[in-house]
Amino acid sequence: MSEEPRETPARVQRVPEPSGVPAVELRGVTRSYADQVAVRELSLRVGEGEFFSVLGPSGSGKTTLLRMVAGFEDPDGGAILLGGRDVVGVPAYRRDVNTVFQSYALFPHLSVWDNVAYGLRRLGLRRAELRTRVGDYLELVQLAGYGRRRPHQLSGGQQQRVAIARALARRPRVLLLDEPLAALDAQLRAQLRVELTRIQREVGTTFLYVTHDQEEALVLSHRLAVLRAGRVEQVGTPADVYERPASRFVAEFIRSSTTGGSNVLEGTVRTVTTAGDVATVEVAVGEGSVLAELPPNRALRRGQPVAVAVRPEKARLYAGEDAGPPSGWSRVPVRLRDTVYTGAATEHLVEVVGAPGALLTVFTQNTRRAGEAEPGGGPVLAGWEPRFSVLLDDDPSGDASSEPSGAARPPAAETGLTPGSAPDPVGVTARSDVR
Amino acid sequence: MAQVDRGWRTARGRRRWVLPAAVVGAYAFLYAPILWLALLSFNDSRSVSTFTGFSLRWYAELLADRQVLDALWLTVRLAASTALVAAVLGTLAAWALRRPFRGRGLWSAVLAMPLVVPEVVLGVSLLAFFVKLAGVPLGFGALLAAHVTFSLSFVVIVVRARLAGLDPRLEEAAADLGAGPLTRWRTVTLPVLWPAIGAGAAFAFVLSFDDVVTSSYLSGVGGTPLPVLVYGQASRRGVSPEIVALSTSMVVLSTVLLVVAVLVMARRARHLDR
Repeated sequence: MSEEPRETPARVQRVPEPSGVPAVELRGVTRSYADQVAVRELSLRVGEGEFFSVLGPSGSGKTTLLRMVAGFEDPDGGAILLGGRDVVGVPAYRRDVNTVFQSYALFPHLSVWDNVAYGLRRLGLRRAELRTRVGDYLELVQLAGYGRRRPHQLSGGQQQRVAIARALARRPRVLLLDEPLAALDAQLRAQLRVELTRIQREVGTTFLYVTHDQEEALVLSHRLAVLRAGRVEQVGTPADVYERPASRFVAEFIRSSTTGGSNVLEGTVRTVTTAGDVATVEVAVGEGSVLAELPPNRALRRGQPVAVAVRPEKARLYAGEDAGPPSGWSRVPVRLRDTVYTGAATEHLVEVVGAPGALLTVFTQNTRRAGEAEPGGGPVLAGWEPRFSVLLDDDPSGDASSEPSGAARPPAAETGLTPGSAPDPVGVTARSDVR
Repeated sequence: MAQVDRGWRTARGRRRWVLPAAVVGAYAFLYAPILWLALLSFNDSRSVSTFTGFSLRWYAELLADRQVLDALWLTVRLAASTALVAAVLGTLAAWALRRPFRGRGLWSAVLAMPLVVPEVVLGVSLLAFFVKLAGVPLGFGALLAAHVTFSLSFVVIVVRARLAGLDPRLEEAAADLGAGPLTRWRTVTLPVLWPAIGAGAAFAFVLSFDDVVTSSYLSGVGGTPLPVLVYGQASRRGVSPEIVALSTSMVVLSTVLLVVAVLVMARRARHLDR
């Protein structure tokens, strides 16, 4: 295995052309254990050739979802379709999917070569054909020449590569990956992330990737689904999910890893103004005013409580002697609470004046050298453009059972993902309608 | 600070000879009689209290003794059969006890019973059951059944321990790669369990090879296992040099068998566990 960085062609994070039949489709899948519901009424479609991630905190049902697609568990209700065929009840060894496990699960009594050959022998491959295929896939994961070793003689990263080769060698319709990088250290994780992207591009197989690591999901996926308590909260491209979180949960789950600020501000609607076909809402937060574009399908009353999110790199800080944000921007008086230097950027944690507990994280690119003149007196104002404000539905409790009314929270597939257009054929049907 | 340091050092200094002395004492207590026995087996004289000179005559006499050779052959056959049957049954039992089901605790406890039942009781009950009730004739069959009974628990315990440490993902991975239940068992589960099954079988072999009490109830006419023969001759004629040589041979044989088995299994297990 080459541990040194290799040259990889520029990655185009593009959703593959959706063909007629989705590679994987879940229709109203429900699964519960004892008295706990792990997955409820979940529907999802993954296009052929897509790198699709399922992102969620532990206990959100993502691993259960994957295990049901693999065939290790059966749903209590609903349908799981692989290439259009319902596979519920079909045992794992007769499904055209293969799994990469978090614990690798390599056969300890077999050599690397025999591990990769294991699934091919079950397909009836013999001699020359078998040798070629195993060789090809060991080469794909850059472990040619490691065939005679035993799994315990390999590093964690190498073991995971073997697991990937073993699963891919059968050329499954879908490759399922269950937090495959979680057991590796940060550097290896980053390296294998690049590696996974390359492998997926080379083989073109549909990848269904489960992770709790938001960064992983954003970097790797063509599209991703955010799961919460067994339901799909939002589906979209990484940019969609990051820039336009469909719910407070998504906004808070995908957040700065250092200061951990969620950047959700609570306020009340002050005014709604319409200029041309753009409606702008002004929200009072403490002593500041936050401006946000109002989506056409959403109505707000004056005095109504509302939550607004802004991504930390979209906001700017202004010191006392600065002119402050231009007019037409959000303008929020703040006090500096903490500063964290992270190398490329500095993260400022500020508190909104007049709104105790309302914290905002703001990233500043370190284009100057550290220690060089900071604007005097520290920041006193934060500001950002109205289009960077994301109005969140009022679901402040974080309780999954409290369903918002249909008016306040349209189905996720329509909230800002593809405004105005019909949902993608290989898009998602996130069921958030009232039960 | 310095005082604390010195106190620690003296305690450590004392420990430097106390611990080795204890170890030497314990080993002497365990092995001195056996070593003395081994030494005596090479004694030139018939005496079992004074050593007069080195000789192999008692071993030569053993090899000429038809009765001893028959008993040895029976014992080896019996031990091997016991190991085989106990390994198969024990592995299946351990496998069955892997997944939780109603009454699993009870079943496990019942399997361990022979470990706590006194051997005399076991022998009597087996005699009553196999011979008087089931009509199994005394001899090889009855002996085999009895030896499997008391060695089965050991196989189950060893194999279950290994099963508990087995990553359930391994079998899922095999299923995922297209292996049906039987193929899975043959290509993954069994190979991973081999060291434990082998160790259990080795235990069963040695237990059977050394057994006196149970066997003495169940051996028939002409079919006497070696330990029973030794016991009988020793109690009838006292400790003779022949018996000493025979006993020494048995100790060596058991030890060699167990050491070889353990080494082979440990080697395999090391390969399997990362």
